[in-house]
Amino acid sequence: MMARAWAPLLWLGCVAFAAIIVARARYITDLSVFLPVNPTPVQQLLVDQLRDGPASRLILIAIVQGDAAARARASVALANRLRKDPQFSSVNNGAPDALQSDREFLFKHRYLLSESVTAERFSAPGLHAAISETIENLASPAGLLFKSLLPRDPTGELLNIIEQLSRSAAPETKDGVWVSADGSRCLAVAQTTASGSDSDAQARAIDAIRAAFASAVRAAPPAMSAVQLKLSGPGVFAVAARAKIERAAVRLSIASGMLVVTLLLVVYRSLPALVLGLLPVASGALIGIAAVALGFGAVHGVTLGFGATLIGESVDYSIYFFIQSHRRRGTQAAARTWQQLWWPTIRLGLLTSVCGFASLLPSGFPGLKQLGVYSICGLIAAALVTRYVLPVLLPAGFAIRDLTPLGEGIAGALRRSRRSGGRALTLLLVGLMALSLAALYLYRHTLWNRELAVLSPISIEEQNFDAKLRADLGAADVRDLVIVSGPDLESILRSAEQAAHALQPLVDAEVIGGFESPARYLPSLATQEARRGGLPSDAELRDNLRQATMGLPIRSGRLLPFLEDVEATRHAALVTARDLAGTSLNAGFEALILHQKDRWNALLPLQNPASGREIDLARVAAALEVGQVHGAQALDLKLESDALYAGYLKEAIRFSLAGFLALSALLLIALRSALRVARVLAPLVLSVCLVAAGLAVSGVQLTILHLVGLLLIVAVGSNYALFFDRQASSGDRGSEALTLASLIIANAGTVMGFGLLSFSQVPVLVALGTTVAPGAFLALLFAALLSPRRSSRAAKAGA
Amino acid sequence: MSGAALGGAVTSQLDEVLGLLAMRQHGRVEFIEQQFLAILDHPIESSGELRYDAPDRLEKRTLKPRAETLVLDRGVLTVERAHGRRVIDLHAYQQIQPFVESIRATLAGDRSSLERLFRLEFNGSLSRWTMTLVPLDSKLKHYVAQVRIDGARDQLLKVEIRQPDGDRSLMTLRPAATP
Repeated sequence: MMARAWAPLLWLGCVAFAAIIVARARYITDLSVFLPVNPTPVQQLLVDQLRDGPASRLILIAIVQGDAAARARASVALANRLRKDPQFSSVNNGAPDALQSDREFLFKHRYLLSESVTAERFSAPGLHAAISETIENLASPAGLLFKSLLPRDPTGELLNIIEQLSRSAAPETKDGVWVSADGSRCLAVAQTTASGSDSDAQARAIDAIRAAFASAVRAAPPAMSAVQLKLSGPGVFAVAARAKIERAAVRLSIASGMLVVTLLLVVYRSLPALVLGLLPVASGALIGIAAVALGFGAVHGVTLGFGATLIGESVDYSIYFFIQSHRRRGTQAAARTWQQLWWPTIRLGLLTSVCGFASLLPSGFPGLKQLGVYSICGLIAAALVTRYVLPVLLPAGFAIRDLTPLGEGIAGALRRSRRSGGRALTLLLVGLMALSLAALYLYRHTLWNRELAVLSPISIEEQNFDAKLRADLGAADVRDLVIVSGPDLESILRSAEQAAHALQPLVDAEVIGGFESPARYLPSLATQEARRGGLPSDAELRDNLRQATMGLPIRSGRLLPFLEDVEATRHAALVTARDLAGTSLNAGFEALILHQKDRWNALLPLQNPASGREIDLARVAAALEVGQVHGAQALDLKLESDALYAGYLKEAIRFSLAGFLALSALLLIALRSALRVARVLAPLVLSVCLVAAGLAVSGVQLTILHLVGLLLIVAVGSNYALFFDRQASSGDRGSEALTLASLIIANAGTVMGFGLLSFSQVPVLVALGTTVAPGAFLALLFAALLSPRRSSRAAKAGA
Repeated sequence: MSGAALGGAVTSQLDEVLGLLAMRQHGRVEFIEQQFLAILDHPIESSGELRYDAPDRLEKRTLKPRAETLVLDRGVLTVERAHGRRVIDLHAYQQIQPFVESIRATLAGDRSSLERLFRLEFNGSLSRWTMTLVPLDSKLKHYVAQVRIDGARDQLLKVEIRQPDGDRSLMTLRPAATP
């Protein structure tokens, strides 16, 4: 009677508390779940780069369809609208106005910013050469643009700076805007102010681009109505992936929920049973989410999406409870008997599941950690609700359909097959095991997929389109880069300048096509100081200029404004990051600077050589070493991130094996018989191996989500095997039929639910579905086939 | 004879000249170009070769004082020098357009292109003519006041480009010595 009072109250209290936490929890939806928690410094950089780096903030824009002129007009109109939007730190579509607006800034600071400024350039011979070149430039129409600047800038420093900034490979230009090489697409790049990991902000930015495009098209003549907008990039992918996972998770959860509900209705033929049966699952899900929210501060969307499927096992508890306790007369008495007879088995099954899921806890991926916490807490809660709350809530006269006939039928079939099969059956299973082990051995090198991209919910077509746009845009894809690190901005700008010095020979040797550097936008103070210090005094410059212009068609008297500007620069302050912040050049500069807590990093993205060959990073590293560039590293980002993932995959596999060992130890303690432990484990090992082998043979490379699926097979299957073990040792013949029936129903629910996931468009869900559905079925089948015959020995021992 | 009254006989003569020009598919001439710039004490002189392939490829190879190749191909201007190459889109730098398009469209006999950019004036006869082009666009007028082309039948003899500040360039053409 005590239980009657406190269990439901405690349960209600817990559920209410959990509901409050769940309602107040923060939910995050970016893809950072697949990024590690405790990275090395290089990994940290990589993670920051993936999450917040310049590349993560890029939205690639393509304008397709319609005719070329309409596309170009749409590109201009779109860019003009977006430039007014504070959500974007820069919008570039190749139109020249962006750079022109910064001319004043560049012109003002030209003697500090231009890489050609040295003391020699301001000597008489240096000036002579520079001025001659500028005059010669005037002969060409392009040089004529700078004619009016000649008196102030006779050495052509502005042109030098513009060339220095445009040295990165730019796409082709047509009708004033960037186009793809085949001219079929107009291209633009927008950089968001918000970081790439802020999916909500990314979603808003994407909406803003679509709205701006729609309004640009509306405002234009009908010729433009044919043009279309296509977007790509990390932020776009993250938002699409989120929507996809959310949609798939919601749709599939509803669908699989309906399937299970239908199944249970058909089985129970009782509405109260259905409602009561779903209580443990619902409580488990709620408490699971609350536990994650309490433990991690924020719940990840992926956890919500997969979590419910992971604790689908908890439906089984109520199924076992209802079906197995049915035949006893008197509801309360039946429940009590069930508790004595079967609860220990379920408890053991629960503990083995917990062992399995616990192997997710030490994982380096926060996503897996969360799934571990969610499943463990959810399962324990569901089991406790089944054990302590359901019996109390059962209404008087509660009844479900008697499933004894179903169970009897299956039991009979099982007995017959065992009797007739006998030795052949054992041989068959041993053969299957050997075959799958052989297959796993054959495929051992390609068994696991070690690339991070396989987890991406983005389709191959979308990934290809992205690659095409990046190729169009030239340098945008930062795969190879040099990173220089230091304690402050000045030190990394200095190192970046040294690195540029070391890299230039590689450009000339066509090992690399070119590189970008933040120091091109903002030279280090040391360099600026050297340039400023190298500027001659007014008297000296006057003298040098007089000599320099001898033989040139320009008199030095014409160049007084030049003298004034040089003199002004000699007394001017150096250019700082703050000065740059007001210009549109800032976006380009900031894109190449990564500031972590106490560490600054400058990124120097490398471009592939024109030959199309891949960059030989070893030569890059060697050049940096010879150049003694401080704190510089040459990195292949894709290789690094894949290595990172491979490391975590390896770790997860190791933890899973440890979890399996712990589970075996637990069983040995509980069952106190090596033989019984072997009988319980054999069907699980067999189904795990067979499923893994089946996936490998059918060309599927296993990912970390497959590993989670294999864990689930063990978790669910251990319940089956333990029931058979209990059945065999108890010798209660009457309950055998109902046990079998409950297992069949539970198994059908699991197979249906996970089978449905296999039809998803999201690779991670497919991975779970294709692993668990066949695995759970096989586990039950093997557990049944391998269960010990009810020999007289066992019957006697049980009695 | 003024351009405003460009009619009747003049129009037919202009069309005749342009028709003759349009018939030429390739051309190769030597040029000497002088730039008269107020800021400079004496003109700068350059020389080289001009090649034309109908309808929209124009190549200006400067040999002296410094090698430079300027190629106008379907609206894209490529400047090539000893150290490096620059590609300039004419749409992006409209101010360059009258400098190159005046010559290209004349060589192509492309009256509609000429009239899109300039107000046309034609003087003289088929054997010795002068065409004066004044930019229509007010922005372009900041860069080019007028372009004057002297020719005889389908040969261009002189191209003079005047800038509004008084600076001008004069390009004198003569048939290239056979290579």
